[in-house]
Amino acid sequence: MTSAEIIALLPYQKPFLFVDELTSISENGVTGNYTFEKAAFFYEGHFKGNPVTPGVILTEVMAQIGVVCLGIFLLKDEILQLSAPKIALTSNQIDFFLPVFPGEKVTVISEKEFFRFNKLKCKVQLFNASKELVCRGFISGMIK
Amino acid sequence: MEKEVLITALKKIVKPYIQDEEAFENLSENTDFIKDLKINSANLVDVILDVEDEFDIIVDNESMEKMLTVKAALEIIETKLSEK
Repeated sequence: MTSAEIIALLPYQKPFLFVDELTSISENGVTGNYTFEKAAFFYEGHFKGNPVTPGVILTEVMAQIGVVCLGIFLLKDEILQLSAPKIALTSNQIDFFLPVFPGEKVTVISEKEFFRFNKLKCKVQLFNASKELVCRGFISGMIK
Repeated sequence: MEKEVLITALKKIVKPYIQDEEAFENLSENTDFIKDLKINSANLVDVILDVEDEFDIIVDNESMEKMLTVKAALEIIETKLSEK
């Protein structure tokens, strides 16, 4: 399954699709990236006159690349017959270390903790273009 | 292993995931994890993984689907333990 095929199966679209490219994917994990548009809708309000990417959006980037893309890859055959997968975020625990500004490119590295009974739990890290750790934590979701 | 011991161990495992305290206090063999304790499906997976660690057993898909009540869980744990 190619990066483009996986992204095409994602149940998101603009302005809430936060995956540009997957650079590697296997049964054990995935690496991918996303570049924030300078005019993204959330910068207008977060913060007033001082645009910074909201933590919930960083969490969303980590979830879309690190958990949903990996989940689609792990389910491959089942999903191709069904079209769009059904997904739900079930828990996350993330620590944040650095801000991300409009136009920045971020890279997500996710490692599978387990995928059992349709629940996928991953250890996910997000880095900026200088390879500095921006945030990290654990995200779980149900996918089928 | 005695049933009382198993129930005590199971109660400890489910405690972090329950939403209904009263049903948890009154937990019996007939308690349903989802309907009574209001454990969601994602946390039910956590319960099963914790059961696997606690009793050093592997729960297969077929058993997982049946494991919806305390009684069913006890039966599955006892069966898996006897197979060891």
